[in-house]
Amino acid sequence: MTQPAKIHVSSEPVSRLSDVKSSAKPSVVRTFLRGRGSSAIADGTFKVLVFLCALSIFGIVFLIAYELVSRSQLTLSKFGLSFFFRSAWDPVNGDFGALPFIFGTLMSSFLALLISVPFALGVAIFLTEMCPKWLRGPLSFLTELLAAIPSVVYGLWAIFVLIPILRDNVNPKLTFTLGWTGFFGGSNAGYSMLAAGVILAIMILPIISSLTREVMTSVPMVQREGVLALGATRWEMIRIGVLRNARIGIVGAIILGLGRALGETMAVTMVIGNRPEIVKSLLAPGYTMASVLANEFSEATDDLYLSALIEIGLALFLVTIVVNACARVLVWAVTRGAPARVA
Amino acid sequence: MAAHTMRPPLRASSVNVFTRRMKSGIVSGLAVLATIIVVAPLIAILFYLLKQGVTSLNWDFFTKIPVPVGEKGGGMENAIVGSGVILAIASLIGIPLGIGAGIYLAEYAGETRIGNLVRFTADVLNGVPSIVMGIAIYALIVLPQKHFSAFAGGVVLGVMMVPTVTRTTEEMLRMVPHAIREAALGLGVPTWRSVLTITLRTASAGIVTGCMLAFARVAGETAPLLFTAFGNAFRSTSLNEPIAALPLQIFVYAVSPYDEWHRLAWAGALVLIVLIIASVALVRYVVSRGTLKGAS
Repeated sequence: MTQPAKIHVSSEPVSRLSDVKSSAKPSVVRTFLRGRGSSAIADGTFKVLVFLCALSIFGIVFLIAYELVSRSQLTLSKFGLSFFFRSAWDPVNGDFGALPFIFGTLMSSFLALLISVPFALGVAIFLTEMCPKWLRGPLSFLTELLAAIPSVVYGLWAIFVLIPILRDNVNPKLTFTLGWTGFFGGSNAGYSMLAAGVILAIMILPIISSLTREVMTSVPMVQREGVLALGATRWEMIRIGVLRNARIGIVGAIILGLGRALGETMAVTMVIGNRPEIVKSLLAPGYTMASVLANEFSEATDDLYLSALIEIGLALFLVTIVVNACARVLVWAVTRGAPARVA
Repeated sequence: MAAHTMRPPLRASSVNVFTRRMKSGIVSGLAVLATIIVVAPLIAILFYLLKQGVTSLNWDFFTKIPVPVGEKGGGMENAIVGSGVILAIASLIGIPLGIGAGIYLAEYAGETRIGNLVRFTADVLNGVPSIVMGIAIYALIVLPQKHFSAFAGGVVLGVMMVPTVTRTTEEMLRMVPHAIREAALGLGVPTWRSVLTITLRTASAGIVTGCMLAFARVAGETAPLLFTAFGNAFRSTSLNEPIAALPLQIFVYAVSPYDEWHRLAWAGALVLIVLIIASVALVRYVVSRGTLKGAS
């Protein structure tokens, strides 16, 4: 490596570019640079500036937590932990309990996972292991697109397409065949826990499948080749070589989908029926934590009512933070270049 | 087959070959089936939205404000203007912060502990439900001011843009080949100028589209605007007053019982979707174009 003598190189010289510049017009470059004065202050300022930007992310999280905690003191001190185990919701008499909403959130998210996980895994397996190359691009584009469509648009679609289908075609059959279990009985209004579960499943499917795909892609090719070389069939190769190495990341992807489902607001609010009751039947309307916030927050007039709603928000915040943190750790464990474990 | 004599460490190999092949075939079939079952309705959803939107959209949608129930016509001009105002505030807050944080992550932090912590927090923040963000900003801005405002709506969406912009900026900056940075430093350019005029400019196409993606995502957000921007039946551009927004209006019209309002909701949905399709496609194009990718 030849270092050009004329130019004052500050660090790590790379020959090509500086060679060309220096032999062409060295003096112009130098005068240009000298004309700008000392760079030590500017460099330091710039670094601090972008560092502050990065710190703002911590600031935002802290600010959200602080506001939620401080504004929900009224109900925190009045009801304590029992807030989460009571099913009263009576704004007029100031009696609040979050149980029906917690139940609704958990139930709808669970339904969504139950429906979407098998399909998401199937899609991910197809896309990584079996899909012809020309189809891979359009399919992954479609998944990205669907993950980006706003919640309110899904809700709009669900009101006018999904709910009529469920009400007229699916629900009567479910009641007829599985009515004896008690999960599919009662009235059939369309607006129901089941509808919320289905729309959530559709919404989180792209997220789960694209993350699963990412995790599966990061499993080294050698794993697949090794298993195939031992005479495995394609499924055995996928099971032993890919799924077993990627399983932690796949669990992470599913948990991430769960996090999204827990906090999903608009689409659920538009289809779940919004009734704060705990009913066994999935065809009955329900209510979730997010949708009670969406519906009642701007109407909450007295302080206790507002505080109760903010406490629900706080609970939702903490739960999603924990769920997301777990999921990220799991996904990172696989995709961050850590050598895949052979079990 | 040599595998028989070597006794490979696969438990499944003790089962006879025919069953194994069959199992493999069945599972492959199931994977294909799952893909078809998933993709077909998704395409159907997309086309249904496009069809409904196109048949509902007309020029009035962009130029008229909503009319009272029962009258024909009317549009969402106020909502489009409102969304514009809110998104402008959001971009002013979210994009500089996000790009700054992205620069820090890519150029200064690298794989250090604090860098990873910022990345992790950004990812977690990305997963916080939008409605919770809305509540926090409500408590922070709307409660002290005692009125809903366009400004509060802009702040919520701006905060929500930060993690996305940060992560895409970082990714794009990392695609810039090291040789370019080294060349700049080798010429004696100070770090800050090398970052701003060399690295950032090389990655600018990617960063711009990343910002657009974040923009499109928050453009469709409804939940946090319910109690910050609140909505407004009339045209307003004041930052201190409640303001209409496209997704809010779609929500209100969708749950209303009137056909004419449903039609407007579909038209609004189409406008949002087109915005999103455009930005997603653009991001993919820029990322896959290879000028950035191939160089690193």
